[in-house]
Amino acid sequence: MIDIWEIGKAFVVGGIICCFGQALLMYTKLTTARILVCFVVSGVILTAIGLYEPVVDFAGSGATVPLTGFGYSLAKGVQESVDELGWIGILIGGIKNTAAGITTAVFFSLMHALIFKPKTK
Amino acid sequence: MKTDNIRFFPSEKEYKKIVEEKTPNSKKVQGFLRAFWVGGVICVIGYFVGVLGEWIGFSEKNLPMFNASVLVYFGTLLTGLGIYDRIGKYAGAGSIVPITGFANSVCAPAMEFRREGVVTGIGAKLFTIAGPVLTFGISASVIYGFIYWLKEYVF
Repeated sequence: MIDIWEIGKAFVVGGIICCFGQALLMYTKLTTARILVCFVVSGVILTAIGLYEPVVDFAGSGATVPLTGFGYSLAKGVQESVDELGWIGILIGGIKNTAAGITTAVFFSLMHALIFKPKTK
Repeated sequence: MKTDNIRFFPSEKEYKKIVEEKTPNSKKVQGFLRAFWVGGVICVIGYFVGVLGEWIGFSEKNLPMFNASVLVYFGTLLTGLGIYDRIGKYAGAGSIVPITGFANSVCAPAMEFRREGVVTGIGAKLFTIAGPVLTFGISASVIYGFIYWLKEYVF
């Protein structure tokens, strides 16, 4: 159940990953879209070479909540699908594990865009 | 004509350098601290969502999906209410990097372009930022999947 040590790890690791993003934001002036792409792709690459899994095991949500975790579930999903279904899994796996997140984002963004009026700046 | 002192148009690189020099160090430290604690707190919220999911009875396999959906939902909700914008101004990357930032990047353009219509406004602009993320994320996963398949099952 609730475990202070787990919370501490999630907080610190999640915070550190966000600091990488902050460094990109401040020193390279990359736009938001590029930072997001960077994080997701590096999540996939880090998982592929086996470096991200230990971080997830250690920090739990501290590693899965940042967008590198999104890349992690893409890579993880493709791995599982290939194990399960063979080569066709290459084309299935990525989206399978992230489907819930993507669908939620698309559906509720549509709903909220219809419901809420944008703030005039 | 005296034009010498107004002819300094810095290139993009020089401009970056000037901005960097003019930004006081304390401001940078503050930026990192804010990104750190807000990002950390969002991850801790993710932990509690996970505890809730476990309590509801999600299996270990489905828990990450539940976790992601709940966080994404609140990301879009806070964007809709205009709160996420304010968090973003305060926290910088602390609000962009967590998955709620992805939700924000889907919802914010959708809301902004609402007046251009439901189909060509919301429907198309929804993917302004999420589009590249999905394109490159999915492509990377396909490349990795192919390599993994070759490694494990062909050779």
